[in-house]
Amino acid sequence: MRNGGKRPDMAVKISGVELKNPVMPASGTFGSGKEFDEYLDLNRLGMVVTKGVADVPWKGNSTPRVAETYGGMLNSVGLQNPGIHHFIREDILFLEGYDTKIMVNIAGRSIEEYVRVVRALQNQPVDFLELNISCPNIKEGGVAFGTDVDMAYQVTKKVKEAAKQPLIVKLSPNVTDIVAVAKACEAAGADGISLINTLLGMKMDIKTRRPVLANTFGGLSGPAIKPVALRMVYQLAKEINIPIIGIGGIATWEDALEFILAGATAVQVGTANFRNPRAMIEIIEGLESYLKEENIDGIEELIGAGHESKEENPC
Amino acid sequence: MEKKSIKKARILKNEALTPKIYEMILETGKISETIPGQFINLYCKDGSRLLPRPISICEVDEKSGNFRLIYKVLGKGTEEFTSLSINEEIDYLGPLGSGFTLETTDAAVKKNAEYKEILIIGGGVGVPPLLELSKRLKGKKRVLLGFETESILVEDFKKVAAEVSVATTTGTEGIKGTVMDLLEQREYMPDQIYSCGPKGMLKAVQTWARERNIPSELSLEERMACGIGACLVCTCKTKEGPHEADWNYQRVCKDGPVFNGEEVMFE
Repeated sequence: MRNGGKRPDMAVKISGVELKNPVMPASGTFGSGKEFDEYLDLNRLGMVVTKGVADVPWKGNSTPRVAETYGGMLNSVGLQNPGIHHFIREDILFLEGYDTKIMVNIAGRSIEEYVRVVRALQNQPVDFLELNISCPNIKEGGVAFGTDVDMAYQVTKKVKEAAKQPLIVKLSPNVTDIVAVAKACEAAGADGISLINTLLGMKMDIKTRRPVLANTFGGLSGPAIKPVALRMVYQLAKEINIPIIGIGGIATWEDALEFILAGATAVQVGTANFRNPRAMIEIIEGLESYLKEENIDGIEELIGAGHESKEENPC
Repeated sequence: MEKKSIKKARILKNEALTPKIYEMILETGKISETIPGQFINLYCKDGSRLLPRPISICEVDEKSGNFRLIYKVLGKGTEEFTSLSINEEIDYLGPLGSGFTLETTDAAVKKNAEYKEILIIGGGVGVPPLLELSKRLKGKKRVLLGFETESILVEDFKKVAAEVSVATTTGTEGIKGTVMDLLEQREYMPDQIYSCGPKGMLKAVQTWARERNIPSELSLEERMACGIGACLVCTCKTKEGPHEADWNYQRVCKDGPVFNGEEVMFE
């Protein structure tokens, strides 16, 4: 018995900032937390990650914006948001009242747009910035930055120069070489990497014989994408020296633990919030029970533990 | 404050009313404040079907709090619901959403109880939530219901409304045509209109009400994911000002499903 019945330490550190636990929502699945306030205690979350915000309001795509698929869902919201100034007045003010960290997800169509949002946040009570260069649902910008090594480097560098808070870059899985993109972001000064954003997909309506989504394509999320996400986190963990936040189909504490073992310092829960608004609380409690049962002092001991003395077999 | 969560309900009834439309009664074991026009999220047992199915509340039993639901089989999820047996449990969340505004109506009724005339217009599976509304509204209620071939709930409406008229597109019941044909049959001049049904019908009702300066409330339907206002997939366009460009998206699940008929913009 190493911890002698003490409560296990659930805290993790990212870029010197301590989170009370490694569980947070994925951007776009949680608004700014207001809608979930009646379902869970926001104070219990390691961090709140807000819906992507741009410098000016964006209306988003036409409906239908959602389609269910086997074990997953497609969305094509298109980063509908009220713009940074409204966001600061309403959402940051709301979140300030809670004892949790705040990460603001930043959307843009150009480097200048991203930088404007980051500048507006310089003196705000925000703990982290998450640079969204991976949204598949907008025409310009977004994922174009996340699928090109040079552009990923450029945008990360410029945003980092303007940022007062640690910068996490959220990456797209829709690339040939995830390691190259992540390394470019690290070299440009990123303080962490979060991945994966959604996988580009589509669904046909066999009755109308047309795509279901008004936008034709959308981002696939949910348990269906978990193995892909886990593989990418595992791959990056060996290649980069900045913390990784794992995202992709996490619905249970076991899923969260898999990502931590693969090398994630923290995890984001997305689509699972739509099926169960209390999913994150259940994940936090599940992880804590696991640590207790296994007599592990702190969750940080498990980060990347799945890599140890495992023989490589690159078939 | 106690936080809300997904609850289990026992199924007391789950029977086909027509080949595609089912009636389900859920024993909730508690009375929750429900506004007509609200819905509940029903969850599939098969985990590959992740998203909740939003089903409008047709009636709430005052004494037990039990929900009566009417749902149409539209895909694999609702098909799964039809296979559930009596006494089986199902997960649900809610009631959710913003329903019809009874309060203003009640205030208006108090002022002018004798003369308040209400027109309730429903189409297809948009009809069920209008039953609880009809039960709770005061005033003189006329109900117009439109269906493709087979009607549902007509006898229930007759118990709570002064008049019930039916139209079917095939002519198998009531007049042959739509609720708009029923509207043309005589000179209706209600003080208030409430409506729920397919978009095309709602748009026609909106135009009809606008031309006569009659206030209306319309209940919309859209594909949803979370049902609690977070994901922004179920948006509809609403007017925000006098100009064409003054519009915004609102959330059907949270700001609606019921909207002021003046605000909704149909495409």
